[in-house]
Amino acid sequence: MTTATAIRVQGLEKSFKDVHVLRGVDFDVAGGSIFALLGSNGAGKTTVIKILSTLLAKDAGSAEVAGFDISTQPQSVRESISLTGQFAAVDEILTGRENLVLIAQLRHLKNPAKIADGLLARFSLTEAGGRRAGTYSGGMRRRLDIAMSLIGNPPVIFLDEPTTGLDPQARLEVWQTVKELAAGGTTVLLTTQYLDEAEQLADRIAILHQGRIIVNGTLAELKQLLPAAKVEYVEKQPTLEEVFLAIVGDDNKSDGSAIERTASTDK
Amino acid sequence: MTTHFSGDTAVLTGRSLRHILRSPDTIITTAVTPVAIMILFVFVFGGAIDTGSYSYIDYMLPGILLITIASGIAYTAYRLFMDMQGGIFERFQSMPIARSSALWAHVLTSLVANTISLVIVIGVAFIMGFRTGAGVLAWLAVAGILILFTLALTWLAVIAGLSAKTVDGASAFSYPLIFLPFISSAFVPTDTMPAPVAWFAENQPVTPIVNTIRDLFAQQPVGDDIWIALAWCVGILVVAYFAAMAIYRRKIS
Repeated sequence: MTTATAIRVQGLEKSFKDVHVLRGVDFDVAGGSIFALLGSNGAGKTTVIKILSTLLAKDAGSAEVAGFDISTQPQSVRESISLTGQFAAVDEILTGRENLVLIAQLRHLKNPAKIADGLLARFSLTEAGGRRAGTYSGGMRRRLDIAMSLIGNPPVIFLDEPTTGLDPQARLEVWQTVKELAAGGTTVLLTTQYLDEAEQLADRIAILHQGRIIVNGTLAELKQLLPAAKVEYVEKQPTLEEVFLAIVGDDNKSDGSAIERTASTDK
Repeated sequence: MTTHFSGDTAVLTGRSLRHILRSPDTIITTAVTPVAIMILFVFVFGGAIDTGSYSYIDYMLPGILLITIASGIAYTAYRLFMDMQGGIFERFQSMPIARSSALWAHVLTSLVANTISLVIVIGVAFIMGFRTGAGVLAWLAVAGILILFTLALTWLAVIAGLSAKTVDGASAFSYPLIFLPFISSAFVPTDTMPAPVAWFAENQPVTPIVNTIRDLFAQQPVGDDIWIALAWCVGILVVAYFAAMAIYRRKIS
C-alpha cells in the first residue's frame, strides 16, 4: 500500500481561453504519503486538483488516481477519492449531522446514521451535531468538511488549501487530522500557499510555478537547493502598517502622541 | 452510471426539500405577490373590466396561477446558483453519484414548492369568491397543465441558475416571465388591445394556457386552445431541458 503509486500525473496541460495555466505538469504521489503542492495564487494548484477529481477535463497529458485513468474511468476515480475544496463545502442549512448522513447516503453506505455519529464524535462535533452548519465557526466548519470527506474511507483525499482563513488553533487541528489520515494509510494531496504548512505536513513537496513543477522533493532536498546562508545589512524602512500601528497604539496610551503626530504632519 | 439515479435523486431532493421546510418564507413570498395582484385586480381594477359572463375572479385566476409559477421558479435558479457558489455542488460532482441527479433534485423540489404555493393561492381565491363547477377530470387536466408549465419554466430556471454570474442575475430572468401574463388574455380580453399588442397577446404561450384553464374551470369546451397550450409547454420543456443539459455537461466536463 505504502509503496504503490497512488497518483501519477504526466504532461498535464490545461488552458482557459488564451491563458495557458498548466503547461505540462508531472508528479507521482506514493500511496499513504502526504504530498504538498505549493504555489502562489493563480499558479494552477486548484486546476490540478479539479482535473484529478474529475471536475475539469484536461487538454493534454494523462493522469491516474488509485490506478484508474481520470478520463476513461472517471466513475472509478470518484469511488476512490474525496475532495475538500477551497471553501468548506458544507450545506449550511442542514445540521452537521444531516450533512454527514447526506454524504453517507450518496456514497450508498449502510447505516448512515451510525457513520455520522461516529464522525461527529471523532471530530469533537457531537454537541454541535444538531445545529445548522451555518452557525459553525470557521474551524468547526472545516472539521465538518473534512469529516464529510472521510466517509466511505476513500484511499485518496484531495485537500485544496485546507487551512486558508482558519485561526491558528483551527489550523493545528486540521494538521493533526491530516497526519492521522496519512498514518492510517490514506494518500493525501494537499495544496497550500503557506510554506510552513508544507514543511509541517508533507513527505514530499512540489512547487508549481508558471504551469510547471519546478521543484519536487523532500523538505531536506529542497533545503539543499537554497544557497548557503549569508549575512547582509539591509536598511529597514517602516511599512505603512508599522506606521499605522505606531500612531494608533500611541494614541491609546498617552497624549504624548499628539505632539508626535503634529510633528510628523508638519514635515 | 445510472444505477443509482433514482436513489441519488431521492436523497438530493430530500435535501433541498429540507431547505424549503427550514425557510418556508420562499413558499410564502412566492404566494404573496400573486395574491396581492389578485386582490388589487379583483377589488380595484376588476369592476371596470368587462369579462362578459365570467365573474372577474373566475376570469383572472388562471393568469394568477401562471404568475405564481413564474415567481416560484426564480427560487430554483437561486438555489441552484447558491449550490454552485458554495462548493457543495463540486463535492457532489466529485462523488460516485449519478451526475444529473443534482439537477433533477432541484427540478423535483421546484415542482413540490410550486404545488404548495398554487394550493395556497387557489385557497385564497376561494375565500375571495372564486367558484367552479369543475369535476375531478377537469381539475386533473388543470393540474396536468400547471405541472407541465412548471416543469417547462423550471428547466428555464435551471439554465439561468447554471449560467448566472451573480445572485441577482440568477433570479432576474423571471421578471419578464412574471410580466408575460399581463400582455395576454389573463386580465383583460385581447380584443380591447391595439392590433399589434393584441397580435402578440394572442400568439404568446400564456394566452392559450390561460384560456384552457379558464374553460376547464367554467366547464366549457376547450377547443384547440388545449393543443396549442400543450404544444407550447412541451416545446419550451424540450428545448429548455436539452439546453440546460448541454450547459450542465459543459460545466462539469
